[in-house]
Amino acid sequence: MAVEMRKGRYGKFGGQYVPETLMSALIELENAYGEAKADPKFKEELDYYLRDFVGRENPLYFAERLTEKVGGAKIFLKREDLNHTGAHKINNSLGQALLAIRMGKRKIVAETGAGQHGVATATACALFGLECVVFMGKEDIRRQELNVFRMELLGAKVVSVDKGSGTLKDAVNEALRYWVANVEDTHYILGSALGPHPFPEIVRDFQRVIGVETRRQIVEKEGRLPDAVVACIGGGSNAIGMFHPFVEDEGVALYGVEAAGSGVETGLHAAAIADGKEGVLHGAYMYILQDEDGFIQEAHSISAGLDYPAVGPEHCHLHDIGRVKYEAVTDAGALEGLQLLSRTEGIIPALESAHAIQFAVELAKGMGKDQIVVVCLSGRGDKDMQTVRDVLGGGVE
Amino acid sequence: MKTLEKRIRECNEEGKKAFVPYMMAGDGGLGTLKDKLLFLQEAGVTAIEIGIPFSDPVADGEAIQQAGARALAEGVTLRNVLEELERCKGEVAVPLVVMTYLNPVLAYGVPQFVEACQRAGINGLIIPDFPLEESGPLRNELRGTDIAWIPLVSLTSPDERIARIAESAEGFLYAVTVNGITGTRNDFGEDIYSHLQRVKRISAVPVLAGFGISTPVQVKEMGDNTDGVIVGSAIVEAFHRDELDKIRELAGTSSGKIEIVN
Repeated sequence: MAVEMRKGRYGKFGGQYVPETLMSALIELENAYGEAKADPKFKEELDYYLRDFVGRENPLYFAERLTEKVGGAKIFLKREDLNHTGAHKINNSLGQALLAIRMGKRKIVAETGAGQHGVATATACALFGLECVVFMGKEDIRRQELNVFRMELLGAKVVSVDKGSGTLKDAVNEALRYWVANVEDTHYILGSALGPHPFPEIVRDFQRVIGVETRRQIVEKEGRLPDAVVACIGGGSNAIGMFHPFVEDEGVALYGVEAAGSGVETGLHAAAIADGKEGVLHGAYMYILQDEDGFIQEAHSISAGLDYPAVGPEHCHLHDIGRVKYEAVTDAGALEGLQLLSRTEGIIPALESAHAIQFAVELAKGMGKDQIVVVCLSGRGDKDMQTVRDVLGGGVE
Repeated sequence: MKTLEKRIRECNEEGKKAFVPYMMAGDGGLGTLKDKLLFLQEAGVTAIEIGIPFSDPVADGEAIQQAGARALAEGVTLRNVLEELERCKGEVAVPLVVMTYLNPVLAYGVPQFVEACQRAGINGLIIPDFPLEESGPLRNELRGTDIAWIPLVSLTSPDERIARIAESAEGFLYAVTVNGITGTRNDFGEDIYSHLQRVKRISAVPVLAGFGISTPVQVKEMGDNTDGVIVGSAIVEAFHRDELDKIRELAGTSSGKIEIVN
């Protein structure tokens, strides 16, 4: 039987489950994106900003001391933390801001969890002179106070969301409500590979630069493709950007690392592939943490950026077909990875990326010295210093 | 023709506009549901829209969000609301419309959900996050039942899209009157009436206006340009504050029992 190919579907995942008021905006966005993709000037302009403003391409760095310490496969780090604003989020924010301008929309709304997407979007809006409103959960504002100040300094208006758990999910709800009310002159810059079609595709395409550069760089350095590629997953934007150019390379194992919080068995986690069920949230059919009545459950993770109860639709499909293996690392594991990388390489990773680091270390241990593991170091850890200090203690004696 | 559409047409033929109040199931406890339904029936409403609480109600404003949160705290779910409605079946004669977000329906299982709706005597279904492109499988399940599929059209829907959505509609077509979420409004866009009249011209089924309608004057004016109105947040708040006269007044406006002096 022929499978009905519906728009914006990854296997059975994805789709467009939104209020009717947004349908026209999604169709407009889909058309505008189609035209932009076909326009060489759009790519030229985006490439210019990625190079001269973001600082791409960023290095693929051989983590020699970490490799030695682990004693297994060679570990390489894709340094998205070196981007302007400190994470991979800027790749997507810039692309979508240029798209908004093409559509004649000069007002932007965004959600943010850790604040990295909010900062990246506020930055893109400052760069292009766009109005910017960012919704952020109250709990995340507490965890990421400095990022709130950064956004405000960049001219954005930050709105606190105290509903639900006051985290990323609730911020997306409010951003969607705001977009419905302001859809005629406002573009929603969704920050992860989530939401209704065409967002998962747009975000993936703007983040693909991570994997495209990595593929070229590893071949330049090592003369071959890596044996494994590892990235952390909240909604999954850095991971899908990293994985996508490798999906057809059968010899490259792909690992997505979810946040296991206090442990998947405790129920206090954000591991939607490990422990979620299929359903619809924020416009897409995905794996979601939910109870038996279909109410969405709160996610739990030390890292605000992974604190989301679902995983983007393309990841759900890659899981179903077995192309990507999804694993989970706890809060404690992430803290371990963060400290290890800090001390062996002088790089303090974001708590999100630390999940990937920790898993990659365990993976590399069991691999041969001639093998290669690449980790997406999606962001830097400065924003997390307060959280990490609260847990680890410390300070000057 | 399904019962819901028949009732709305009968109401219109009597020279009245349909009046459909929205209430949050289980706000104040599931035990109050039947009394509220009977009260609304007594007030002469055309049909009742019963909202199911959800953890992430993205189409709703403050009043309904808070009512939903209160109902969730009472342990209200799609499943126990339908069970309670099944128990009320003999006494409630007015058509009932269930409004729920999609995920609880998926968790229930679409065929099982439709069966439960039939057992409970539900006459219509509104799922705001289930647009035309996606809702086909559920619409197929509703064929041959007396449950009407009630889609929404918005101010941003182009005419050809309104036509396609209207074609899928049974019972009535829900015309959203604002770009935004539910909740009371003082002002509507100035071209709202011409929009509603256009939707009415396109649609073969009755058109009811909803979102933001909260006062007798708004009920009258929106009703003048459609086949009826849906009032949500104002009813939810009136029930919460125990201001039942307000509900009687709103229901009376639409049935022509109360004259509006502008």
